[in-house]
Amino acid sequence: MDFGPILATLRRHRTAAALIVLEIALSCAFVCNAIYLIGGRVSRMEHPSGLAESELVRVQITAPGKQEDAQVAIQEDLALLSAIPGVRKAAFTRQLPFGNSSWNSGVKLTLEETHSRLVATTYLGSEGLLETLGVQLVAGRDFTRDEYVDEEEALASTTTGPIIITRAVAERLWPGQPGVGQTLYLGGHTLQVIGVLERLVRPNEYHGAADYELSLLVPVRERYTRTVNYVLRVDPARRAEVLAAASSALGQSRPGRIILEKQTLEEMRNKYYRGDRAMAWLLVSVCAALLIVTALGIVGLASFWVGQRTRQIGIRRALGATRGQVVRYFQAENFLLATFGIALGMLLAYGINQLLMERYELGRLPAQYLPVGALSLWMLGQLAVLGPALRAASVPPAVATRTV
Amino acid sequence: MRFFYYLDLARRSFARHRVLTALMIVAIALGIGTSMTTLTVLYLLSGDPLPGKSERTFYVQLDAGGKEGFRPGEEPNLQLSRYDAEGLLRARHAPRQALMTGGNGAIDPKRAGVDPFYADVRYTSADFFPMFDVPFARGGPWTAQEDEAHARVAVISKELAEKLFDGGDGVGRSVRLDGHELAIVGVLEYWRPTPHFYDLFTGDYGESEQIFLPFSTSRDLELERSGNIDCWDEAGLTSTAVNAPCAWIQFWVQLESPAEAAAYRDYLVSYSEEQQRNGRFMRPPNVRLRSVMEWLDFRRVVPSDVRLQAWLAFAFLAVCLLNTVGLLLAKFLRRSAEIGVRRALGASRRAIFTQFLVEAGCVGLIGGVLGLGLAWLGLYAVRQQPVDYAPLARLDPTMLATTFVIALVSSLLAGLLPAWRAARIVPALQLKSQ
Repeated sequence: MDFGPILATLRRHRTAAALIVLEIALSCAFVCNAIYLIGGRVSRMEHPSGLAESELVRVQITAPGKQEDAQVAIQEDLALLSAIPGVRKAAFTRQLPFGNSSWNSGVKLTLEETHSRLVATTYLGSEGLLETLGVQLVAGRDFTRDEYVDEEEALASTTTGPIIITRAVAERLWPGQPGVGQTLYLGGHTLQVIGVLERLVRPNEYHGAADYELSLLVPVRERYTRTVNYVLRVDPARRAEVLAAASSALGQSRPGRIILEKQTLEEMRNKYYRGDRAMAWLLVSVCAALLIVTALGIVGLASFWVGQRTRQIGIRRALGATRGQVVRYFQAENFLLATFGIALGMLLAYGINQLLMERYELGRLPAQYLPVGALSLWMLGQLAVLGPALRAASVPPAVATRTV
Repeated sequence: MRFFYYLDLARRSFARHRVLTALMIVAIALGIGTSMTTLTVLYLLSGDPLPGKSERTFYVQLDAGGKEGFRPGEEPNLQLSRYDAEGLLRARHAPRQALMTGGNGAIDPKRAGVDPFYADVRYTSADFFPMFDVPFARGGPWTAQEDEAHARVAVISKELAEKLFDGGDGVGRSVRLDGHELAIVGVLEYWRPTPHFYDLFTGDYGESEQIFLPFSTSRDLELERSGNIDCWDEAGLTSTAVNAPCAWIQFWVQLESPAEAAAYRDYLVSYSEEQQRNGRFMRPPNVRLRSVMEWLDFRRVVPSDVRLQAWLAFAFLAVCLLNTVGLLLAKFLRRSAEIGVRRALGASRRAIFTQFLVEAGCVGLIGGVLGLGLAWLGLYAVRQQPVDYAPLARLDPTMLATTFVIALVSSLLAGLLPAWRAARIVPALQLKSQ
């Protein structure tokens, strides 16, 4: 295809051509960055928690006033919950992924160092919490029954206690070395790693995405605070039924209790990521609207040009140009405009990405997003111009002979 | 009137190019609708929660952290320890000051048919109410003497009064919180400052609490606290004790002038030095005294997603306008012959320019009205979102006016170039080509 005549024509319609190029450039820049943002949200939402999510439900209860017989109450409640048909395992836990509230502490490798190596969250729970949550050990073992101690005792303790960490913590503290057998310090307490988990995420991403998997587990029976979480591993088909039974059993077992929360872990995950999902959908719909508007703009201008050039088209047809050649002319013209637009759009996309990086702590736009944006706009342009081009091709050669 | 003649011309032009006109109107409406939705949310979320007083109300920070982890120049603790907050309250160096923290507890309605429920509570001190201009429906705040006496008193929200007393007046009666009877001294009017500025640790845009009671009383009764707690040393089991090395209390002061603010800052520095001498503070004095808006800004209260959405929407509006410029240009130049005739018959360039600008303005206004409808739908969608600011997302008169200004200005801007091009058409050339 010879672009010479097309360029010559476009030079005569500089304003309109510039407008289309600019519109394509803006759309391209927008779409590249939006696809990148959507990708980020989707990968965030797909981050595995390490839990057997489809089998878990939780009930959170509270009771007024001080609970003096906390541990007794917890043991009674767990016995009650384990007896519910459909429940495979029940445990008490201080916090849960997607539950937002979290307990965090600094981890040190020697007692003398003044700055923590990392800040991790600490899961506390009753015996069998690992099995209930369905988290996988990659090395070492779970806590034994006699390793569990009361919180008061744990705080007063001066001997080395056991701890389970996630692989993310092990790799951060001892890169390339096995985690099991290592020693770490938590608020003045000496702890020895007895197990390493494949994965267990924190209750929230408050400390940043890079630290999302920094979790610790200690065999400490928490002093009963008024608000208590029970997590149940159940037959996935009977989750609703178990939830109803569990909350009524817990509510009736002691006077004055209030059920604060009861839901499946999948519901918690859904709720936790609702903002991300809404943002992703918003971006998708704005992108779609933007592409439609751009396409309509191309259709409008192309139609105008076709109308304006009816006579020239007639003359070309009279001089022997085929319909196909006329169609290809408009397609080539659009391709050229789109290419200019896309080239400008790439620069703009990087500029916008730079701004987003500064203001919203986003990463650099990966280069592979650019061809996606380019391809979509080339295709959009060709689709949009097809109608007007076909109309141009249907101009009869006889037009050339008319004066008006 | 010339203007009405132009309006009539615009109407005729719309009737002749229905599809093209509809395209432009829809594009503008979409652009306006999305940008007004996001702008309204942004405007609501970045508003001043304490108008007229926010620049005189300050949030206090002290650096009480331990020796470990000290890096010079770092931000001090975001909240105060109980020891410091109670100390500053007793010192009364500001005209008004209040300490506070969030909590929750079970309320026993003492009424048949209403189950016990859980409510958000605020533990604070007497100045909280006058300092934040909290409106009372009945009664009033408790006194500083009652703070000192650890009195069993409470101020409750209007919603709670309605729930507990069936619309009746609660003052003089009592409310049972976590098993403790508290005498109600005041009932508030509806009050929901946005953002929930006085405590950003219990949700940036949360509702205000249902019960307020003296902090001193809450410690006697060992009521449950909520929010954020940061301990820099082994806290043991009682992180809320007076001497616990934990920061969990917010402290606000009202200072009438910049001089008073400077004096209070000096006082905070000398307080820190004194604590350092006593061996309580391990770090050199590092204080902050931020006004309400400075504090909100520092804590980046407006969600970054909301700001990002506003940018996205305006980029979208820009593309829609660019599109409109292109379409208007095509439409106007298509009528070159008509313009040529009008010019030949004596219409001035200015007249042609005005005529086409009126047409562009009409497109903008119709697009703006449609866009307003879309914004209304958009805000409805925002209200269905699971965010704590959702119920606030409504159009107010300011934003309504802004919508029309933006729609009109942007469509006139979009019409400028095409109208100018149309006005430059040489009549002779057009007449010849006919």
